[in-house]
Amino acid sequence: MLSLNAFLLVSGLLFAIGFFGVLLRRNTLVIFMSLELMLNAAILALVAFSRFNGIMDGNLFVFFIITVAAAEIAVGLAIIVALFRKRQTVMVEQLNSLRH
Amino acid sequence: MDIFFILFALLTVVPAFLMVVTPNPVAGAVFLILSFIGMACLFVLLEAFFLAVLQILVYAGAIMVLFLFIIMLLDVREVEKLRPNTVTAAAAGVSLLLLVLGLIAVLAGDGLSGQLLSALPAVPDYPAADEPLGLAQKVKAYGYGLFTKYMLPFQLTGILLLIAMIGVIVLSKKRAAEEGAESAGADS
Repeated sequence: MLSLNAFLLVSGLLFAIGFFGVLLRRNTLVIFMSLELMLNAAILALVAFSRFNGIMDGNLFVFFIITVAAAEIAVGLAIIVALFRKRQTVMVEQLNSLRH
Repeated sequence: MDIFFILFALLTVVPAFLMVVTPNPVAGAVFLILSFIGMACLFVLLEAFFLAVLQILVYAGAIMVLFLFIIMLLDVREVEKLRPNTVTAAAAGVSLLLLVLGLIAVLAGDGLSGQLLSALPAVPDYPAADEPLGLAQKVKAYGYGLFTKYMLPFQLTGILLLIAMIGVIVLSKKRAAEEGAESAGADS
């Protein structure tokens, strides 16, 4: 049971759930949390591959993913706060001024 | 070992799904913290102890607290009253179903034995990576890898963090024109 495929299945399920959330939800903050979930699924796959291949490189890549995720979260939340200040909403369907 | 894997996998996947379907964003953030803790437990099973600690500290600690802070700062009163568009919801459900079916077909086709993917070549096909670092649990091994083989990416992430910091300061600063308009509004 403790095989590479079991961990990859969990990782893939998490990615699918994150994708589902991005498509389904209209609250920008929840969409952002779903994006975090997808990044974490990638991290889990990297650690699993690293462990079962006996190499260190996958574990080291997790550092870079965490750093990029932190930078992305900081900038994204600043954008959401700026948007809320201007439009008084975080719902995607009300942020459609580029469509018209 | 198996019972722990199933327990931790459920602790990771079930709160993640609840995060997506719960209408309240604060409850969603708490479910996501739970999911990250489950993932840290999976890292312990994979013998990446340092990454498990880092997952709790950085993700469950720092990033999700930032999320909760922003959710409470924005104080969104209407909790997504409008039901999701039926077409969008159907498309999301179908894509979730297809992804899960594809995963099961690829990974569980041979009963999760791992035959399929361990048959992949272990040797990378680009020349710079022909000396993979050996797996180790010590924190020293992580530091050694970061400061020798991945020195350039390490420095680039430093620059990336600096850029993000400057970007956030610029984004959250009030513009001069906006400020002028607001003070004019306050005067009248």
